Amino acid sequence: MEFETKIETFNLNLFYGDFLALKDVNITIPHRNITAIIGPSGCGKSTLLRCFNRMNDLVEHIKVEGKILVEGQNILDPATDLIYLRRKVGMVFQRPNVFDLSIYNNLRFGLQIHRLLKHKNDIMQAIQNGLEHVNLWNELKDKLRKNARSLSLEQQQRLCIARVLILKPDIILLDEPCSALDPVSTLKIEELLRVLRQEYTLVIVTHNMQQAARVSDYTGFLYLGELIEFGDTDQIFTNPKEKLTENYISGHFG
Amino acid sequence: MRESFEKHIKEMNKEVVDMSEMVIDATSRSVKALGDRNVEEAKKIIDDDLLINKKRWQIEEKCINLIALQQPVATDLREIIAVLNIITELERMGDYAEGIARIVVILGDEPLIRPLIFMPKMADKANSMLKRSIQALVDRDTKTANAICNEDDEVDKLYDEAYNDLLMRMIKDPGLVSKATPLIWATHNLERIADRVTNICERIIFLATGAMPQVNVSKY
Repeated sequence: MEFETKIETFNLNLFYGDFLALKDVNITIPHRNITAIIGPSGCGKSTLLRCFNRMNDLVEHIKVEGKILVEGQNILDPATDLIYLRRKVGMVFQRPNVFDLSIYNNLRFGLQIHRLLKHKNDIMQAIQNGLEHVNLWNELKDKLRKNARSLSLEQQQRLCIARVLILKPDIILLDEPCSALDPVSTLKIEELLRVLRQEYTLVIVTHNMQQAARVSDYTGFLYLGELIEFGDTDQIFTNPKEKLTENYISGHFG
Repeated sequence: MRESFEKHIKEMNKEVVDMSEMVIDATSRSVKALGDRNVEEAKKIIDDDLLINKKRWQIEEKCINLIALQQPVATDLREIIAVLNIITELERMGDYAEGIARIVVILGDEPLIRPLIFMPKMADKANSMLKRSIQALVDRDTKTANAICNEDDEVDKLYDEAYNDLLMRMIKDPGLVSKATPLIWATHNLERIADRVTNICERIIFLATGAMPQVNVSKY
């Protein structure tokens, strides 16, 4: 495996109170690739994902040890600018979480919060670029004042991705982004992820192993908070090195 | 889910064993029919080859269903891919046996230039290799699979001896060319059957380890 590193963790331990949720995780996330994190429920997949933009800070009684380097900077450093970090490391959730606002305002929201663009024309251009990226511009360009909740779930999820893209992130974290979608919408989102991969580093947590196999370049298998195996996705799904990985992906447990 | 999948895999292996027994039977009968000048039996072997072909398609269909419905990965996937390749080898081996039966038909009532010496030995050896290789498939036994590949040299040696013997007879008496040439073809078919056993063994090693091995390569 040869790649440029985007995120790297060293001896990452995470405690929820006394419970050790991530055990000594050392993982390297490659630049401009899709990395899938798989594993049974409760193994720490989402917890690990949320470490990469310190979303776990919002959880009470949490303690994180070790190092998480994003582009070489340890983001566990107390001096880390979390607002900037979360702009650069965007996140997409299981259920599309559009705001009860117009499509336009959903997209403008981030720009406003981060005070990124002031001129109306620049904002409109950014919104157009964002929607074009997720193949929604032609469908929605005449409906930007419509409430975003009136869109289909797939369109809402695309809108959420556009909302992240508008902030010009480097990394996009996706936590089960297709679990609320039907199979056709799922495939369309997966196709979109393959396109985004050319410009962004993507990390996807998924229960759906076929999705991990289809969409990702690299796969990490987490079990009871430990990273059991990390490798090229084709190697993990055709010839895993660890028996535990084989048993999980073949449906022996999980 | 997992139990049902394993049941399907077991059934699939059982069918591969059945198919290999059909091939072994066809090979033995074709060489015997050649030795006995039994044209009727040869015609029956030709007809029976259709059953081997049919069996191959049945197993292939099961493999396709397993891939489509169960989405296997890792060893499970390699096993199905190995079986798909192995049944192709078996089907072709059946064709070689059928080829020998066709030679029996071509030779008709013509007496053989000499009793068969090498072919029964080659058929026995190839059949023994095949039988054990299929058992190695069921057992995922790479050690046996590797060892069987080396036995191909013995079949190659018998082929060399048979070929040289028939060649010398033709040189001595060019009138024998038309009768000896079909025997060389038949001998060659047996040599190819043993070669294909080594292909099966490669697939067993692939299934068990995920590595694509380069095993003992036949000189033909």
